Amino acid sequence: MRRLPDRGRVDHDQRVAFSWDGRAVEGLRGDTLASALLASGVLVLGSSVLMSRPRGIVGDGVTDPHAFAQVGAGDRTEPLMRMHEVEAHDGLVAESRLHQGILPTGPDPDRFEKRHAHADVVVAGAGPAGLAAALAAAEQGARVILADDHPQLGGSLLGEELLLDDRPAHEWARHVEDALRAHPDVLVLPRTTVVNVGDQGAVALVERVSEHVAPEHRHGRALRRLWQVRTRELVVATGATERSLVFADNDRPGVMLAGGVRGLLHRYGLVPERCVVFTANDSAYRTAIDLVGAGVEVPCVVDVRPDPTGPLAERARALGIAVRAASAVIGTDGDAEGALAGVRVVALDGGAEEVVACDVLAVSGGWDPLMDLHHHVGGRARWDAERLCFVPDGTVPGVHLAGSAAGVFGTEACRRDGHLVGLVAAEATGHGSAADGPDAPAARDAAEAPPADFVVTPGTDPVHAFVDQHRDVTIAGVERALGSGIRHVEHLKRYTLVGTGTEQGRTAKVNAGRMAADRFALPFAEVGVSNARPPAQPVTFGALAGRALGERFDPVRTTSIHPWHVAHGAVFEDVGQWKRPWYFPQAGEDMDAAVLRECRAVREGVGMMDASTLGKIDVKGADAGEFLDRLYTGVMSTLKPGRARYGVMCKADGMVMDDGVVLRLAEDRFLATTTTGGAAGVLDWMEDFLQTEWPDLDVWLTSVTEQWATVAIVGPKAREVMAALAPQLDVRQDAFKFMQLEEAVVAGIEARVARISFSGELAFEISVPMTWGLALWEAVFAAGQPFGITPYGTESMHVLRAEKGYFIVGQETDGTVTPLDLGLDWMVADKEFVGRRSLRRSDMLRDDRKQLVGILPAERLPEGAQLVDDADFEIPVPMIGHVTSSYDSAALGRPFGLALVRRGRDRIGETIYAPLQHGTVAVEIVDPVLFDQEGARRDG
Amino acid sequence: MFQIRCPYCGPRDEPEFKYGGQAHVAYPADPEALSDEEWARFLFFRDNSKGRYAERWNHAAGCRRWFNVVRDTGTHELVGSYRVGEQPEAAR
Ligand SMILES: [Zn+2]
Repeated sequence: MRRLPDRGRVDHDQRVAFSWDGRAVEGLRGDTLASALLASGVLVLGSSVLMSRPRGIVGDGVTDPHAFAQVGAGDRTEPLMRMHEVEAHDGLVAESRLHQGILPTGPDPDRFEKRHAHADVVVAGAGPAGLAAALAAAEQGARVILADDHPQLGGSLLGEELLLDDRPAHEWARHVEDALRAHPDVLVLPRTTVVNVGDQGAVALVERVSEHVAPEHRHGRALRRLWQVRTRELVVATGATERSLVFADNDRPGVMLAGGVRGLLHRYGLVPERCVVFTANDSAYRTAIDLVGAGVEVPCVVDVRPDPTGPLAERARALGIAVRAASAVIGTDGDAEGALAGVRVVALDGGAEEVVACDVLAVSGGWDPLMDLHHHVGGRARWDAERLCFVPDGTVPGVHLAGSAAGVFGTEACRRDGHLVGLVAAEATGHGSAADGPDAPAARDAAEAPPADFVVTPGTDPVHAFVDQHRDVTIAGVERALGSGIRHVEHLKRYTLVGTGTEQGRTAKVNAGRMAADRFALPFAEVGVSNARPPAQPVTFGALAGRALGERFDPVRTTSIHPWHVAHGAVFEDVGQWKRPWYFPQAGEDMDAAVLRECRAVREGVGMMDASTLGKIDVKGADAGEFLDRLYTGVMSTLKPGRARYGVMCKADGMVMDDGVVLRLAEDRFLATTTTGGAAGVLDWMEDFLQTEWPDLDVWLTSVTEQWATVAIVGPKAREVMAALAPQLDVRQDAFKFMQLEEAVVAGIEARVARISFSGELAFEISVPMTWGLALWEAVFAAGQPFGITPYGTESMHVLRAEKGYFIVGQETDGTVTPLDLGLDWMVADKEFVGRRSLRRSDMLRDDRKQLVGILPAERLPEGAQLVDDADFEIPVPMIGHVTSSYDSAALGRPFGLALVRRGRDRIGETIYAPLQHGTVAVEIVDPVLFDQEGARRDG
Repeated sequence: MFQIRCPYCGPRDEPEFKYGGQAHVAYPADPEALSDEEWARFLFFRDNSKGRYAERWNHAAGCRRWFNVVRDTGTHELVGSYRVGEQPEAAR
């Protein structure tokens, strides 16, 4: 297309240089990628995805089915960028990739961010209706956010040559924008698209903050910003989109939408050499009139209507434009590149085809209100047989439609409608009265003649006539789908892919539905169109993620001892959000070697570990004991202050939920410990029962997990280390028994010391306020030096407890395992507790349930390995169990594990098998307690 | 994303809350007196109806209080919230 030097809203004196498919291209400031390419003579953008047909720019807006490009270099590259939104700028790098983009492989060098905001009224779209609505609501005192996807406010006013109050319409738009920006309670967001409307006024907007400048000019600004706005009212003023007509070779580059051709003229000063107009309504006459006004040759307007007599048609005729009534375009001819060279016109009552040469054909099949945001909240639409489009059928509370999105056509009518809707929205938020508000401006738009109900030119070659150009769906394709028995538009969509393109088939969906209605002789109102789903425009994942990437993706929890672990080379394991030392490798050690060394140290000398991450819940109140009795399978109320007891709790279905030691600190105070990962869930569970089932109990729950650091000293020499640290504490067995706790000064720090063991060894757990954790740890490490104290991590802890047959929630249990399955019959007291009734449901009483056993396999098995009865088996073979834990044991000098096996406890001594990829391994079933079965070691 | 009214704190965004299923399903007073079938009905059966539905929510990232909400499962309208111990009629 050709650029006129005195037209358009571009800056003709400011050139920008960018790259397209590797070659240098120039545009003007104010151009989009699409307009700059058209001005540079790039008409063919590439080939369609299925049929490899040349395709070009069709319109001037984001409903264009082909205007997608790969934009940005290196790791900044982004696929399927909307070319009518991408602003031409110095340094822009873009390439032709219509329908299939490429994703960058590295991390995104750009930053995205999120903002939250509240509003009384959000207005989506800043055309005549949106601007009027925003101004009216703001003048009534409402807090308003006005968003529009263009850099300049004005919407259709910028793409047309229109008058408002007898002045150029874009001047009115500028005047309203100035008034809105001067308002303290109005936020104007250009380059911003409302992409989703959710419940209770949750509106998501994506703002293009800095993508319209080259990376080196972004100066740390985000590329895009996701706004999450909670608004009381939403005004949808998103306008209408033009649909095409269907005839052979209607996909040629040069076949455009009539409104798009006007937009290219008025926004960018771009015109064709010779333009034919093909229409079923009055609006396209504006294209002919405006082009002739700009000195462009318009050989004819082809109008399917028998007698076009509206004021626009009369004006066209007065300008000397030939109007071919009752005629249609039936096909097009191309040049060597495949671009448009001429159109073939037929009279609808028969007669020969006539070829009219042209480089652009401006088509208008009608206008569809853009109601996506109304549909997002369940708003309905109905077919209007006079306006020949879907219009809103009622509204959803809090969501208003205004202007052409509501089916109101005509610029002044849209402005008037927007004003009235703005007043209503403001009133709904308690600002002013719509009835007593400022008078609405008059609407004096000239009446238009009725449009014609027309989709396909009769006699068209169905194989080359496109219904959905983006998806390469032809008449023949739609016919094939309908012929195969498809009746519903949602099925038609999925079978043909019509309307599933990146641009959501906005120029195609209505036509496809109407073809289905014709075929089955159904009223179109019954057939409808496929549903619009959020988001209204594609949103990059980066915008959704915002800054929650990498280390900011999720909070990281560390204990106060963590810096020591890092300094001493710990390898960490993630347990929930916690970082826990997994093992502490020494020079040259791999994980297995480190774990064997750590375990041996604990069994033969002394080890130390950071147990601070265990969940800790302070349970206080006169009824605290009773409360715990109702939740744990055991009895806690009989504990004496200064004593501790191990406990298990079940869900209502009787399955093990969590476990831990409960310490009684005082008559009315307990400290319940939980697993590291289960702490939050257990507190929620306790609160739930306390608040909703037993509100009469005098109990108060407080999470104190992060208030206490705990260091465990474990092993035969633990007593010596403890004595060195706390000279005043009597650590002799008679004075300080297993499951006893003492207040003591340890290394100069007031501490709580408990004799709790998760390894079977003599152990002291010392708890101090979290801030003192590192000081305590260093003191323990120093005091333990004469005894060779060895820090160990979670892996060694797991091996040590498995040697003793202690289960771990989430490893031996998976939500299908009861305390009885684990052999904890002795812990299930004869009293009511949550889940108890489930333990005698018939399924729990089956005698072939899986039970926890120890295993001695011939080689170390992978955890999760399935177990079978026979070494020689044919698939399928019944699985009788699976391995839950599997380690090499320093103490046993061999591999061992824990497993859940059907009737396992009755089968101790038997051999079963683990079929692995490299062969079948024999596995002996043994008692789960493999080490120190008498329990002689826990007292040292 | 819902905006839920906590009866103690006021309206807050949904991520602050945890869902707790159907409201007014009490843990049976005497579970041992129930048949397997009655107990299973308590454990596993909940209404899944279209229309107004009373359900439990916990203001987990706020005051940690459990309360009830009446929600229309057909329209997602949040009719109102009310405290534990109150009946759905108290929703506001
Ligand atoms: Zn609250």
